[in-house]
Amino acid sequence: MDIRYNISDHNFEQCLKCTICTVYCPVVQVNPDFPGPKQAGPDGERFRMKFPDMADTSLKYCMNCKRCEVACPSGVRIGDIIQTARIKDKKTHVKLRDAILANTDIVGTMATMAAPVVNSVIKLRPVKKLMDSVMKIDSRRTFPDYSQQTFEKWFRKYAMKTQSTYDRQVTYFHGCYVNYNYPQLGKDLVKIMNAAGYGVNLMEHEKCCGIALISNGLIKQAKWQAGKNMDGIRKSVLEDNRTVISTSSTCILTMRDEYPHLLGIDNKDVREQIDMATRFLYRLIDEKKITLIFRSDYKKRVAYHSPCHLDKLGWEIYSVGLLRMIEGVDLMILDSNCCGIGGSYGFKKENYDVSQKVGEPLFRQIEQVNPDFVATDCETCKWQIEMSTSARVKNPISVIAEALDVEATYKANLKNQR
Amino acid sequence: MKENTFDVIIIGGGITGAGTARDCALRGLKVLLLERFDYTAGATSRNHGLLHSGARYAMTDPESAGECIRENLILKKIAPNCVEENGGLFISLPEDDISFHDQFIIKCREAGINAKEIDPDEAIRMEPSVNPDIRAAVAVPDGSVDPFRLTMANILDARNHGAITKVYHKVVDLIREKENIIGITAYSTTEKRLEKYYAPVTINAGGIWGHAIAQLAGININMYPAKGALLIFGHRVNNVVINRCRKPSDADILVPGDTISLIGTTSSRVPYGQIDNMFVTPEEVDLLLREGQKLAPTLKTTRILRAYAGVRPLIAKDNDPTGRNISRGIVLLDHKKRDGLGGFITITGGKLMTYRLMAEMATDLVCEKLHRKSSCSTASLLLPGSGKSEEKSSKNLKRTFVFSPPVRKERAHRFGELAVRMNMDGKNDSSLICECENVTVGEVKFAIRNLDATDLISLRRRTRIGMGTCQGELCSCRAAGLLADNTENILKVREDLRDFLNERWKGIRPISWGDTLRETQFSSWLYNGVCDLGTIKENKTTDI
Repeated sequence: MDIRYNISDHNFEQCLKCTICTVYCPVVQVNPDFPGPKQAGPDGERFRMKFPDMADTSLKYCMNCKRCEVACPSGVRIGDIIQTARIKDKKTHVKLRDAILANTDIVGTMATMAAPVVNSVIKLRPVKKLMDSVMKIDSRRTFPDYSQQTFEKWFRKYAMKTQSTYDRQVTYFHGCYVNYNYPQLGKDLVKIMNAAGYGVNLMEHEKCCGIALISNGLIKQAKWQAGKNMDGIRKSVLEDNRTVISTSSTCILTMRDEYPHLLGIDNKDVREQIDMATRFLYRLIDEKKITLIFRSDYKKRVAYHSPCHLDKLGWEIYSVGLLRMIEGVDLMILDSNCCGIGGSYGFKKENYDVSQKVGEPLFRQIEQVNPDFVATDCETCKWQIEMSTSARVKNPISVIAEALDVEATYKANLKNQR
Repeated sequence: MKENTFDVIIIGGGITGAGTARDCALRGLKVLLLERFDYTAGATSRNHGLLHSGARYAMTDPESAGECIRENLILKKIAPNCVEENGGLFISLPEDDISFHDQFIIKCREAGINAKEIDPDEAIRMEPSVNPDIRAAVAVPDGSVDPFRLTMANILDARNHGAITKVYHKVVDLIREKENIIGITAYSTTEKRLEKYYAPVTINAGGIWGHAIAQLAGININMYPAKGALLIFGHRVNNVVINRCRKPSDADILVPGDTISLIGTTSSRVPYGQIDNMFVTPEEVDLLLREGQKLAPTLKTTRILRAYAGVRPLIAKDNDPTGRNISRGIVLLDHKKRDGLGGFITITGGKLMTYRLMAEMATDLVCEKLHRKSSCSTASLLLPGSGKSEEKSSKNLKRTFVFSPPVRKERAHRFGELAVRMNMDGKNDSSLICECENVTVGEVKFAIRNLDATDLISLRRRTRIGMGTCQGELCSCRAAGLLADNTENILKVREDLRDFLNERWKGIRPISWGDTLRETQFSSWLYNGVCDLGTIKENKTTDI
């Protein structure tokens, strides 16, 4: 028992009260009911220890963007503290609406079965009004379209057979958005990886990463799904020696950091092999293991928006770096500003106004820049920006796929392999 | 009756003086209370804040044990906003004598304390932070008490019943007429003048400083200043009081109180000359940490906020020149009987949480001397702040700042029915001054207007500003701004700010390492660098 080592191992005690987190919080500036990350996080923690039964309703205003954590000079995991407090607060009972917003897998499976009907019905004004008044899902919100064919179905039908012909292999965690709403992004990734000489595999029994379950308080289910995903990731990384990549920054952040921090699921053994597709590609190019060759006739003005969760990972540099490699892209980096959607947060009626106010500076800048399109790594940012501005939004992977000279790239990488 | 004539003068604004003032005022006496510095400035605020069940004294001092459990139940009833019913554990570790434990339970029951032997596993469930190696555990009705709030509740109630209370009035002489004390001469440190007050009875409730007050009358009281050092941890480590089940020794009580936990104490005799200058030594910090970890191992990796020390007013049983026979019990001295000097009473010894009983005993004696027949009602009359808060939820409040549920809950908990009065000026009164302790503008204004808070240090005692993890980093300049609104002497507020931060540093210094040191450094940059406080010259006023 050596007293010389009395150093705190409580993360919240490392807070020096400098309040930088609150300055960077997008919610606190537009919603006076949110006391801000410092008060709700490390400060609140001391009061939660004093009143263990206290239900703090102000915590639900946190949209879990994690900008506070990026800003904190002391490494306090403020967002995690707030989310953990919400999870512990058992008094919050889960509403039907929240359960529907959180269960992207089930809702997605059902919606894709009747995609054309769902897509048009959900746009009808009476339906929107009904959802608004009964479910408290804001009627002003635009829903993403569902695809008739899931990505998984397409992949099994058209792409799977040829993948084993490539020397090197990766596993693709497509996530719910690619699977149910926008399979094209997944197809774009397969196209790039194949051209670079990589075969693409799906994970065994992929489940939704669970972020929406976590933020809506469905922890038991989140843990179950995380467990399934970890089994798949471990098989891919440890048995098959394949890195798991994804095109969604939020799925990656969830599996790398939220699993251990919020769900208590240890992922140390494979965490470094859970990667963003852009970072994976950039580093391969940087190490001269692959080459990407772009079409000379591709000319676009692109504005890049970095999603909060990619900021938290510190990885926007890879997406930006890749886009810069395309000669014909005139790239403009938008100011780092939360778009306001916060996943399912912005769909809720009570958050709609806050959500739009948070995104306001970003929307204004996009209109001023007036690019051919906006590039961003997050699907919910895409919905929000497309709904709130006149711009179209693409994932950097889709931009690369568009600009890629597939033939030339394929040939160049054949040489690389030899 | 003249303006400066009273039925009774009480010297000392600690819990004993405050409680006595209330009791006397409730019994219809005209009361004057004088305090040389500020309320709660002495031993009242420098202890564990433990609401004893009495179990601690069951083995050695059954009389004190009985007093404790009776007062424990009374305080829970009359001042629910000042006490926390946390419950307590007496734990036996492998190295402790288990026969003590068996005897302990019997003695507790004899004293009327509801002590229950519980299974070690159950004890761990009850308090997960407890040392998992415990061999035996006893549950007792311990709790914690907020000495600041309790004292001020007594002062408020005394005033509500006509008492006059004055801070920064130091008694410099006792006015003697033949063999009686008929009044006192006090020096007002703020007005810088001598004032005379008269009363047929004067009560010396000066705690350890009562020794010097008695000397003014040429009377000697044998007191033994015993220093006790304590450490404050940054957050609540435990929610149940943890005691070591053995003969009282160093660092064997861990008390959760408000947002923090306290480990203490040490015990060492100090010379009289040192009682106004208490500091904690590195050896004491080491000892507290080493022993404290045996109660709750997590103390090893918990941030320490500060260290402080107090002086117990221990008193030798009369006519024992050796001083060995030291009592921790209540001592009421009628100097007429003891020394042949009329009109002068000393009430001392005892404990924070037996103050009410001490006050009752002293007031009974006063009434006897004044030939008044009236009985004590303090055991049943509720103290101010013990009612329910009727403050409305944030939605109904006019405001421009956040009034989040924890802030509201905290305010209701601290002030009860008085909470509505914290919103005197409307919208800004719900915004926070101290973010660590959730102290609002309204509370600070209330303390300035109604609780004699004249500087930052007294504001801290009234409201908890500067007591949290940042130790004044954010709140002190904000509170100084509110003080400046209420004074014309702005420069004095600046000096106040410096003194306050230095006072905070005094307690941080013995434990300044790790995050606490980083935070102090940040604070120092803010106040020296941005606010330029370092250039104000030190001019400590040392008038008498």
